[in-house]
Amino acid sequence: MTAPTTTTLAGGVGSSARRPDGALKARGEFAYSSDLWHADMIWGTTLRSPHPYARIRGIDITEALRVPGVYAVLTHRDVPGANRYGLERPDQPVLAVDVVRYEGEPVALVAADHPETARRALGRITVDYEVLDPVTDAEAAVHGRVPALHPDGNVVRHVRVRHGGPDVSAAVVVSGEYEVGMQDQAFLGPESGLAVPAEDGGVDLFVATQWLHVDQSQVASALGLPLDKVRLSLAGVGGAFGGREDLSMQVHACLLARYTGKPVKMVYNRQESFFGHVHRHPAKLYYEHGADADGRLVYVRARTYLDGGAYASSTPAVVANAATLGAGPYDVPNVAIDCWGAYTNNPPCGAMRGFGAVQAAFAYEAQMDKLAAALGLDPVELRMRNAMAEGSVLPTGQMVDSPAPVAELLDRVRRKPLPKSTMDSFDLRAMPGGVANTTHGEGVVRGVGYAVGLKNICFSEGFDDFSTARLRLSIVGGEPSVSVRTAAAEVGQGLVTVEQQIVRTELGVRRVTIAPADTGVGSGGSTSASRQTYVTGGAVKAGCAAVRARVLRLAADKLGVPQRELALLDGQVRGPDVTVDLADLLGDEVIEETVRWRHRATEPIDPLTGQGNAHVQYGFAAHRAVVDVDVELGLVRVVELACAQDVGRAMNPQAVLGQIHGGSAQGLGLAVMEEIQIADGRIRNPSFTDYLIPTMLDMPPMDVDVLELADPHAPYGLRGVGEPPTISSTPAIVAAIRAATGRELSRTPVRPEHITGT
Amino acid sequence: MRLKVTINGEPRTADDVWEGESLLYALRERFGLPGSKNACEQGECGSCTVYLDDTPVCACLVAAGQAEGRAVRTVEGLAEGDELDPVQEAFVEAGAVQCGFCTPGLIVAAHDLLRRVERPTDPEIREALAGNLCRCTGYEQILDAVRLAAGKNR
Repeated sequence: MTAPTTTTLAGGVGSSARRPDGALKARGEFAYSSDLWHADMIWGTTLRSPHPYARIRGIDITEALRVPGVYAVLTHRDVPGANRYGLERPDQPVLAVDVVRYEGEPVALVAADHPETARRALGRITVDYEVLDPVTDAEAAVHGRVPALHPDGNVVRHVRVRHGGPDVSAAVVVSGEYEVGMQDQAFLGPESGLAVPAEDGGVDLFVATQWLHVDQSQVASALGLPLDKVRLSLAGVGGAFGGREDLSMQVHACLLARYTGKPVKMVYNRQESFFGHVHRHPAKLYYEHGADADGRLVYVRARTYLDGGAYASSTPAVVANAATLGAGPYDVPNVAIDCWGAYTNNPPCGAMRGFGAVQAAFAYEAQMDKLAAALGLDPVELRMRNAMAEGSVLPTGQMVDSPAPVAELLDRVRRKPLPKSTMDSFDLRAMPGGVANTTHGEGVVRGVGYAVGLKNICFSEGFDDFSTARLRLSIVGGEPSVSVRTAAAEVGQGLVTVEQQIVRTELGVRRVTIAPADTGVGSGGSTSASRQTYVTGGAVKAGCAAVRARVLRLAADKLGVPQRELALLDGQVRGPDVTVDLADLLGDEVIEETVRWRHRATEPIDPLTGQGNAHVQYGFAAHRAVVDVDVELGLVRVVELACAQDVGRAMNPQAVLGQIHGGSAQGLGLAVMEEIQIADGRIRNPSFTDYLIPTMLDMPPMDVDVLELADPHAPYGLRGVGEPPTISSTPAIVAAIRAATGRELSRTPVRPEHITGT
Repeated sequence: MRLKVTINGEPRTADDVWEGESLLYALRERFGLPGSKNACEQGECGSCTVYLDDTPVCACLVAAGQAEGRAVRTVEGLAEGDELDPVQEAFVEAGAVQCGFCTPGLIVAAHDLLRRVERPTDPEIREALAGNLCRCTGYEQILDAVRLAAGKNR
């Protein structure tokens, strides 16, 4: 018989099940990494370079050690293992040795009985710097007109994509130079954690991170310890968005704990946080698009420079995305894209939601609008004529082998009714400038803009991208219960909810507990690239299949019924003439299965042509933005953001909407307010007073359509959700401001002076 | 210095408090109440919002000594035992909680709004909660939560 293998138990896949940690978080009782406490605990702090580029002639810690309450002052000499770490390349010192390459680079550490004692001791460390001229222009850094900051020069990676012919021409050609500012993840929970020295000579670290195992290997290497002596547990994570992929305080806290023999807590404040994690790469992009007279794209040529700052971080992978996705979600027969990631003395840049696709989309979508104008076509019509679809071939030569509803997404946002004029029901709060009372409608012009984007989901370029799930089925209090243990980081996105939903659907067991994530189980891979529901979700689903097989084998033996005639449904094993409760079948027996699960393999890209089946899956989203602009003052109010996104399968519809809303909001930030302002390598605005993220007054209502076109290669047909909405939101808003003002606006975020021209 | 404060209805005392400590630091590190969050520690994000003698304040901007002899109510003091406050319940139900770091401050701020205005309009909600930053939700489901809690008020 063909038995159904899934159930329709409440709280399963497709339902908006509640978060298991929701009530704790609402009560203020959820333990984030900055909330941890240990008897006898002391505080660690970091001395950072005040210079973007300098040689260190000497460090004197004598006076700092004399401060009462100080337990330790450490420098590079105290790093027992490799004083080099990095996500993709170990090029970053744990503590600077003879040179600092960015403002904020860690130089020394202090542990003391109170954070204020530690702060005062930092002030008594004397560092003798020979200040050097910083390299601050990525394009200049790439083309060799400046000193090399690292032994192999200033090019972190150069990706070339060559597709079709090199010498094609087109009837209509548009070109432009674009610039994307440096965005901050601005997660609210600061970098923090607690390192506890262990009796076995190792250390236990409780920390907020996106990938426990990649932290573990870097920490162990720096401490000179075997992996099993460095155990990491996930503390509560207050948002991530890419900013927790790299190490921050992990090694530092462990060093201080091992040196003092005491538990050490480290918590950055907001200013330090701006120096303590990587940011989104600022970019300079040169694009040329050619089309025939009907508006069919003939070619895209681009040169893109991404400023990676002082250390490599994940720049190589960001470069690959900006290059391979650089033509956008369109069919383009001829593509020539060069993308460089550069070392400079600016703040290090790495992962942030959208990861290279954001910068490219700002340029290629501006180009599509320019092209539409040159052709006298409607911008949405032009996009739909060139829209990629299932069966399309990307500039990498890879065929898109699952739904790619680019045209439908655009059509959906276009067809939504437009919001009414703000003047229909006047409310100051709805005006550009808001309650600052800068206008009652004079000088206010409305604009509408569209954009669509794509993002690769999961890790690309041949990376062995897997996750591990350990499931344990037992009878607790007479009721079947499943515990799920993974090392995958819940950072707020709701993976823990989805894990529970999958188990309920697959095994029909209501009670599902999620064990704390730690390195005691195999790697879950990174909580990034919109991959956890796909990969750890896939591992949990596979784990359920393994548990189900064990249960049915056990039942077959006990009942004397062939296994193929049995099914596990709603907490019971059912066969043609028999039904037995799991509780009766299992008794005291515990079924435990550990599964390592991979998505289908990808390939590296060819170093000369960028050709290769490099990506696993693509996510697509489209936005329509409606803005009111006070053209006299240059103030913008986003009136509405409409979005359509294909998610393959909405595993948890409420959480899916939450991702789309949140991603769109970060895109709005990049369009009109968010930028880390750098001058001569220095951050000018390291605070929430000066680095502005959208408030509830800045965010408009969001009208969202969710499509569920299954990807046959993915678990449940699902598609990663988190990043695509961040990609199309920014260019749609800037297009709307262009429509309102007639300004070219080739740079994002758009500032008032760009609108007023003053 | 010695600090005496009534917190969530209970008289509490802490010794050896450094004069430069904020009320937020005292709550989190001396009184074992880390529910009020330390996202910016400069009054921009609202995640440390608590009631000080019935007025919502950013606990990071109040010196611990300023709370001497006064009453503080934190997010931990809103629920009645196992039963969540209606605002807390609405946040969980509406999906307004993702990473949750802004949640305690937003819940106190929304709690205060709904004490003052039984049925706030959307613009009133947006204005009242504009001092509370959230980086995960784009605020849509937070609006849903406040509307829901306002309905539960009835």
